[in-house]
Amino acid sequence: MPTVSMTVNGKQVSADVEPNTLLVTFIRENLRLTGTHVGCDTSQCGACVVHVDGNSAKSCTMLAVQAEGAEITTIEGLAKGSDLHPMQKSFQENHGLQCGFCTTGMIMTAVDMVNKQDNLDDASIRKGLEGNICRCTGYQNIVKSVKAAAQEMEG
Amino acid sequence: MYDFDYKRPSTLDEAASLINEDSVLLAGGHTLLPTLKQRLAQPETLVDLSAIDSLRGVCPDGDKLAIGAMTTHAEVANKATIPALASLAGGIGDPQVRNRGTIGGSVANNDPAADYPAAVVGLNAVVNTNKRAISADDFFVDLFETALDEGEIITNVTFPTPDAAAYMKFDNPASRYAIVGVMVAKTSGGVRVAVTGAGPCVFRQSEMEAALSGDFSPRALENINVSADGLNSDIHASAEYRANLIKVLAKRAVAQING
Ligand SMILES: Cc1cc2nc3c(=O)[nH]c(=O)nc-3n(C[C@H](O)[C@H](O)[C@H](O)COP(=O)(O)OP(=O)(O)OC[C@H]3O[C@@H](n4cnc5c(N)ncnc54)[C@H](O)[C@@H]3O)c2cc1C
Ligand code: FES
Ligand code: FES
Repeated sequence: MPTVSMTVNGKQVSADVEPNTLLVTFIRENLRLTGTHVGCDTSQCGACVVHVDGNSAKSCTMLAVQAEGAEITTIEGLAKGSDLHPMQKSFQENHGLQCGFCTTGMIMTAVDMVNKQDNLDDASIRKGLEGNICRCTGYQNIVKSVKAAAQEMEG
Repeated sequence: MYDFDYKRPSTLDEAASLINEDSVLLAGGHTLLPTLKQRLAQPETLVDLSAIDSLRGVCPDGDKLAIGAMTTHAEVANKATIPALASLAGGIGDPQVRNRGTIGGSVANNDPAADYPAAVVGLNAVVNTNKRAISADDFFVDLFETALDEGEIITNVTFPTPDAAAYMKFDNPASRYAIVGVMVAKTSGGVRVAVTGAGPCVFRQSEMEAALSGDFSPRALENINVSADGLNSDIHASAEYRANLIKVLAKRAVAQING
């Protein structure tokens, strides 16, 4: 079995994995970080989104071995202690979730979006969320949450 | 997924030496991994091209733009100096697909609904491999079939800068793949119109090319009757609907170029 090493939420981790282990499986089962979800097997729902070297990626469509040497951030890496990240706080305050299944992926995508684009309007937020599917909210409050957090993060 | 071995060579020669009939190349994995997850393929070895630095990057080269095979859609969207190409790449899938998927993987795969084939054919690009240079018109052969030999590795794609070009796509609202996509370009070799999504494989619409060579305006396309024969028909759109879209999108592309 190959050994894979990467940095996850600032911590160096290393493990022997089968080459066909998905990154999401490694994150959930080896590292026990279960905030990253699996919602489909067609690479379409975005419940599994994490950051790989600063870019959002679907961890169900990457092998753990492809993340060799990478810096990974999962939802568990956003808050500083009990201080939630502004995007997490905004989803809470704007009721940007119902069941919560899609939420961690939504937040990871949204943080990447705000890091890369200024002056986000509703249309660009919706475009940026095209890889994340929510079965509950109807998206209105998700867009509202991202917009409010963007103002907070840029401000 | 079935079991497989994984190799990550750091040079092109090493990659070529690892390829045989039981192995496949791994680029961004955004076509290959979903296929493996569904157990639709059972390779013995995956040869990951990601450590070969020479395969990555967007490099202006005189009046051409060379794009390394392992360059992601997001990098092309941000860095390509041909606006129609940058906007095409920026419309592929979703942000996560664009952060991982590569031009080499897309072109090698030749999905009938993929966007890049319309750019490669419409802009008259050349697909360069570790063995030879293949012109766009010879590269895409049929449904998921290209001129690549077994084990041949795409190294980069060179796009001559067009005088003007525009890509219009009517996308599938779930996957963003093209139900129909049309690239119209004014190139040094004349007007080119390339259509993806509509048929089993990208093709040139020569009647439109001839009409636009005489009069480069949406009006010139008005009387062209696009036949639905041989076009795709599925739950998303009938062949007749696609035939109509080819004309609508070509006219919009011409209108955009004319500003
Ligand atoms: C949810 C989703 C939405 C998508 N939407 C779109 C869309 O709107 N438009 C679109 O065009 N595409 C879309 N795609 C496909 C996406 O663009 C893929 O990234 C692309 O088709 C394949 O590129 P890859 O780098 O991921 O290749 P991989 O999956 O790694 O490889 C694909 C194939 O190409 C071969 N290959 C890879 N690199 C080379 C090379 N250098 N030389 C020779 N052979 C090579 C591999 O062996 C494999 O057979 C979507 C994919 C997903 C998952
Ligand atoms: S689990 Fe659905 S995209 Fe990854
Ligand atoms: S809150 Fe339930 S899936 Fe989005």
